Amino acid sequence: MEVRVLLFASYADAFGAQNIAVDLREGATVKDLLAKVRELAAGHSLPPAPLIAVNQEYAAPGAVIRAGDEVALIPPVAGG
Amino acid sequence: MIRTAIVTRPIDASALIAEVASDTHGATSLFLGTVRDVNDGRAVTGMEYTAYDAMASRELAKIAGEAAEKFDDVMLVVEHRTGALALGDVSVAIAAAHAHRGHALDATRFVIEQLKKRVPIWKREHYVDGTREWIDPTTSHSANPTALDMQQAVR
Repeated sequence: MEVRVLLFASYADAFGAQNIAVDLREGATVKDLLAKVRELAAGHSLPPAPLIAVNQEYAAPGAVIRAGDEVALIPPVAGG
Repeated sequence: MIRTAIVTRPIDASALIAEVASDTHGATSLFLGTVRDVNDGRAVTGMEYTAYDAMASRELAKIAGEAAEKFDDVMLVVEHRTGALALGDVSVAIAAAHAHRGHALDATRFVIEQLKKRVPIWKREHYVDGTREWIDPTTSHSANPTALDMQQAVR
């Protein structure tokens, strides 16, 4: 399945895009997604354990991603 | 009464105070975050805030809900602004009213601390020399949680 991954701020700059498409097998987890993203040219710029949100909630590495989920890579937050 | 919002217009702090005011809540606490002129020794000319709007709205509402549980009967309004801000502009405002001052003060503190840890908002500073940079609190300050802390927290 193909999953769209939203990018923001420094990550959007690093990847030169607001989102990227990642191909995942059924049953893939957040950790699997991250491994795929790291294979991309800009993937090496990610920190060791970047935050990922699935359907607008922070997700643990073991969380399963399903087709149609809204997935986002969240750079270190800096509000306030 | 609880209201939270990510806004693109200027924040009117007095409107927030008026919103939480009531005869039964005699203590009102206001926190304002403003754009400051120096960060890590570099002269700043302005700040650009961007957010994952849908998630930021949800996360902010969640934090306010947690505050309402912790500080029973608190009146709370939180606004965070995004877009281009100038020096001195208000980026975030939190107004909390309660029957007792302790809860009013603690509620504002709780909201700003949680907001800084959890709400997906980012800021890019513009410097006097024309350069600009995304702020990464995990590298410039040690008080913020690492991504690992966050992922452990959601397990």
